Order: sequence, then structure tokens, then C-alpha cells
Amino acid sequence: MARMRAVRIVFSVLAVALLVSASASAGTTQFRKLEVFSWWTAGGEAEALTALFDEYYKLHPDVWIVNATVAGGAGSVAKAVLVSRMLGGDPPDTFQVHAGRELIDTWVVAGKMEPLDDLFKAEGWDKVMPGGILDIISYNGHYWSVPVNIHRSNVLWYNKKVFQTYGLKPPRTFDEFFQVADALKARGIIPFVVGSKDGWELGHVFEDVLAGVLGPEAYRGLWTGKTRWTDPRVTQALQTFKRMMTYANSDHSALTWDGAAAYLMEGKGGMLIMGDWTDGWFTAKGFKDYGWAPTPGTAGTFVALSDTFGLPKGIKNRDTVMDWLRLLGSKRGQEAFNPKKGSICARTDCDRSLFNEYLRSAMDDWQKDEIVPSVIHGAAASESWATAFKDTVALFAARGDVAAAQRALQQACEDAGVCR
Amino acid sequence: MQRSTPAWAVAVTLKRSLARRKTSLDRVLAILTLAPSAAAVSLFVYAFIAWTGFVSLTRWRGVIPDYAWAGLRNYVRLFQHERFQTDLRNTVVFTAVFLTGCLVVGFLLAVLLDQRVAGEGLFRTVFLAPMAVSFVVTGVVWRWMLNPGTPETGYVGINLLLDKIGLGLLKSGWYTDPRIGIKAVALAAAWQMSGYVMALYLAGLRGIPEELREAARVDGATEIQIYRRVIIPLLRPITLGAVIVLGHISLKVFDLVAAMTGSGLGFSTDVPAYFMWDTTFRGNNFNQGAAIAVVLLVMVAVLIVPYLIYTMRSEAEI
Repeated sequence: MARMRAVRIVFSVLAVALLVSASASAGTTQFRKLEVFSWWTAGGEAEALTALFDEYYKLHPDVWIVNATVAGGAGSVAKAVLVSRMLGGDPPDTFQVHAGRELIDTWVVAGKMEPLDDLFKAEGWDKVMPGGILDIISYNGHYWSVPVNIHRSNVLWYNKKVFQTYGLKPPRTFDEFFQVADALKARGIIPFVVGSKDGWELGHVFEDVLAGVLGPEAYRGLWTGKTRWTDPRVTQALQTFKRMMTYANSDHSALTWDGAAAYLMEGKGGMLIMGDWTDGWFTAKGFKDYGWAPTPGTAGTFVALSDTFGLPKGIKNRDTVMDWLRLLGSKRGQEAFNPKKGSICARTDCDRSLFNEYLRSAMDDWQKDEIVPSVIHGAAASESWATAFKDTVALFAARGDVAAAQRALQQACEDAGVCR
Repeated sequence: MQRSTPAWAVAVTLKRSLARRKTSLDRVLAILTLAPSAAAVSLFVYAFIAWTGFVSLTRWRGVIPDYAWAGLRNYVRLFQHERFQTDLRNTVVFTAVFLTGCLVVGFLLAVLLDQRVAGEGLFRTVFLAPMAVSFVVTGVVWRWMLNPGTPETGYVGINLLLDKIGLGLLKSGWYTDPRIGIKAVALAAAWQMSGYVMALYLAGLRGIPEELREAARVDGATEIQIYRRVIIPLLRPITLGAVIVLGHISLKVFDLVAAMTGSGLGFSTDVPAYFMWDTTFRGNNFNQGAAIAVVLLVMVAVLIVPYLIYTMRSEAEI
């Protein structure tokens, strides 16, 4: 692998040299360029990106790919770099962006993207991708980006050994959750492991609680203005979340989500609510005794987020970008990318045998479940609304004031211009 | 008439005009030398301050600039914002703990070292070393040391140490406890900077002539009285300087918090600079971020400007 990379580097250098000399002597270039902007710099995600590049090189050996990654958790630094480049009139050829409001409100409404309807029609993607995902990449009747994967955010992970030892079953409802939690607590095991150091994790748990209490239809309505944030069911969700947090490890604000997952792995913790990148993490750690279930109340609901790439206006290498997008949406590209990334295909026709047991179950659910957007991961609300939501939940976790939290959630919705 | 001018007078005039020309040449050179940095500073510091101030008065949310006038609305909203109120309280607590910690520990270390102990150089280096470390490194290390652990998974770091030496009663949630979180962060900051205060005080102590102490001793003063009545008052300018330097560090602190705790549970360790970064670069709220930046600037100016005026006056007196 490393050897191949070294060879590639040598070839890239040669390519650049060739490019420079060719354009200098003959005035023509043999190599075309493609700059891909993302924040996939770590472990499996970087490998997945490389796998995509490999497929691209096979199809287009005459293109020189510039891998413009910016390190930083959840793209917090990359997004700032991207903003300055876009506003400075120097957009990357194509960039990673979460499907949904992050894409639409940040870039499409601002008039910085080109629609991709022709591409979707020519490739027939509107037939192989489910409606839920097509909805969140659409705006004003046009498609605006190509989804390369799907992550599920509403997964409850549990330690199988611990559950077997004490004869417990993964909870399907909140009542069962609290019963299981009490049973675990009585055995001196942390019932509910949480890491909240990075600030977004509690919001992640709470959006799953919202989906569980309100159900898919009403949950979706929260982000479109159809469901009111003053609804008594939101009050109930806040109370449920508050009670869940009483079962959490006392040091949660000192841990990131993977630190919490380590408690689960060591058998010191019972349950964890986190997205399905946890599956990739467990696999990387060689841990096999984990089980999964939809978070309480969300059987039949798939809280989704998706990484996508789009076509910014005013770029120089339009044809190489179209080739890239074509690869991203293709079966071949998604099968190369997703098993390494630990996510499932946005298409519904990928080869199941390439994926592990958890991912296969996610593929099944993806086809039959109600798909609703994640807010913490950019799908349901604009960045500023998502930030206000995350802040409110973080404050609520410490203060526990249900009425104040509900007022703040309503206020955030009004600030976003969705509620009145 | 001209003939009657004596040669020495001509020489003097010539020398004077040459000297004058030299001063004006020096002047031109000085201006030429300073001009580029003056231009750069006025652009990259003052123009950007003005720009930030302007943005804080607009409605710019989202990535596309929106210069619609908002007046002071952003500031009103900001001061009503629960997170910002928490931040301001945190800043006050942080500054108090950090300054007190640095000054007390720094002074005590300096007094101890001033006793001409053997191996003074070594001690000086050991106490000063933390200052050479970046706040990011301090943050990561203290994050680990003050990580409380849980009863179910076992204690770690300082809690484990307290347990082992029989002081288990003193165990605490440290930065995970919303009531004291920010103090735990201030503790790490004080660890980093008290060596610096020690160095300042040590230099000051060495500058106080031995005769003064002798005279006080002859008058029958005890050692404690000597420190209270003679030495500490003489060290006042050093204390003031240290307060200024540490004070503006504590108002602007960002890297330590980012590396150690982030916002903490319910913003218990959040500070204005961290909020500014979060709201600007994660939330794309450029107007609110600019308003926080302006408030920060004003806070630092309130501390620094009187000090600048004071030092400029005392320099003029000299």
C-alpha cells in the first residue's frame, strides 16, 4: 500500500514536470487537473478516498488529482478554509459537503452551485437512490450534489457479553431503556456511556430522542415549521433526555465519543447512542462483541446524513469534475468507497457481500425505513440553526431547565426564519 | 562685509548647516524605514479592527456577506445570550483565580529562591520551564491529569493520586463539575505562568539593596514586617506589570480551553474567544462573531490603555 503510494507520488511529480515542460515547449497540455476538497484525513476515511482516486485513475489516467484535504474534526477547520476560498473567488473544483441544509442554505441559496439534473437523468440515479436522499439534495426542483454514502445516526450500540451475562435485551422503547439501565446500574456498570467533550455529541443523542418521541413525520416537521417546538411532545423529549442523562457516566464532558465507546468495549459500560462510524471504529479496534438496535422508539426510522460532492460555479476543470461526480454516483465508485469508510451506499443496488454484518442490516433498513434528516450532521437545518440547537442541548444537560430549553429551541427556529 | 567675516565664523556656520542637513537626512531615513511597517500595521491591524467593528453592525449571517445595517442589535442580542453571559462570568472567575494563583505562587517561589539556596540555577530553570511550553500542550496534559474518572471505571490522574495518599475526600469532578470547571482550567494556566511571575519578582527582589533590610532590622522589624512594609511596596511596579501581562492573557485565552475542555458541560469552561470561534467558523454567524471580537477588544483596552498612559507619562517625566 505504502509502496503504491510512493509510486503514485513519483508519478505525480513526473506528471507535473511533464505538464510544465509540455506547456512550456509545445503550448499544449496532456494532463488535465482535478482538485478534490475534503476533510477526510484520518484512518479509514482517507483510505476510502484513496480507493476512489484509484478508480478514477483507472478510468482517466490522463487526469492529475490534487487531494486538497484539510484536517480537523467534523470539518470545522475545512469549512472555514472553504468559505474563504469560495468568497475569494477561488473555489476548489469540487468539495465535500453534508447533504441537506448545510449544502442548500450555505451554498445553493447563495447561488454558488450549478444544478446537476442532466447528470442525474443521464445516469438514472433518480431510480436507484431512495426518495429520502433525493429530497435532501434537492432545492427548487433541481439536484445540487451527488451523495457518495449514507451514515445512520440513530443507532444504540451495546456490549453483547454484558447483555448476555445479565439476561438483558436491547431496549425498543424508552420504558425498556430505563428498565435495562436500572438493571445495569444495579450491577455497577455504567448504563449509558456518553462522551460530550466536542460539544455536538449531546445534540446527537437528543435528536435521536426527538425522533423517538415524535416519530418520523412530526420530527421532520420540526425542521420545516409544521411541528411546533412548543409542542408537549418536545417537552416530553426533553424530560426523557434529562432522565437518560442521569444514567450517564459522570465524566462524560472529559471524553470524546470514542472515549465513551472504549468504556463499552471494556465492558464497563452497557449502551451507547452514536452514529454508525462507531461500527468502523469497533472494527478497527478488533472488537466483535457489540450489538446494535435502532435508538428507542425509532424502529422503522432512519436518521440519515450523507457526504456529497457538488459542482461549484466558475471552476476551470468542468469536464474532469463531471467525470468525478459520475464515478461518485456509480455502483463501482460507491462499492470501492463505502466498505472502507464504514458507511453504506447511497444507491440501493450495491453488492451486499462487500459489507460487514452491521452495514448489511443498515442497507436493509435504508431500503424500507422512513428516512429523516440529522440536524447535528448538517442535513436538517442551516449551520447557524444547528449551532444554536447544539448549544441549547449542551446548556440543558447541565442546568436541566426544561421550560428554558424549550423556549430557546423555539427561539432558534424563529431566528432561522422557519418558525414565526 | 562678507570679507570681514572671520574664518572661524564661516566654519561654525558650515558645520551647523551640515549638522542640520544631517538631521533632516536622518529624519527622512527614519520615516522611510518606518513607513512600510506603519502602513502594514495600519492596514492589517487598524483597518481590520475597523472592518470587524463594521461587520458587527450588519446582519451578515451565512457565508455570503450581507451589509444590511443592524445597528446595535447584535450587541443587544449578544448580551442577552445565555452562553455569552456565562462566558463573561467565566472570564471574571478565570482572571481572579489565574492572577491570584500566579502572583501568590510566583512571589513565594521568588522569596524562597532569594534565600540563596544551593542549586538556584536548576530551580530557576525548573520553575520557568512551563512557560516554554505551549498552552495547547499544557491543555492536553492537564486534561489528562484532571480527568476525574468514574466510580464504575476507576479513578485516574490527580483523583487517583489523592485516593492513594489517603486524601480521597479531596477528590473532585474538576473540569467536569460545572460549579468549579473554569477554576480547574485556571489552575492549569496558573501552573504555566507562575514561573514567569517568579522570574519577574526574583529580579525585583535582587534589585532591592540589602541596606534597606539591614536598616529595617536595626529598627527592630521582624522578617514578616520587612516584607509587608518594605519589600512588597517596593515591588509594586512589578506587580502592576505582571497584572497587565497576565490580565490580557486571561481575557484572550483560547488555545488552553480549546485543547483542554472545549466549552465544557453547559458552557462551564467556555470563554468569549472560544465562543467567537465557534459562532463564526462553525455557525457562519459573522455578525455575532464580530460583535464578540469587538467586546473582547474593548475589555483588553480597558485593561491596557490606562497602563500605556501611565508608562508614557512616567517616561516623559524621565
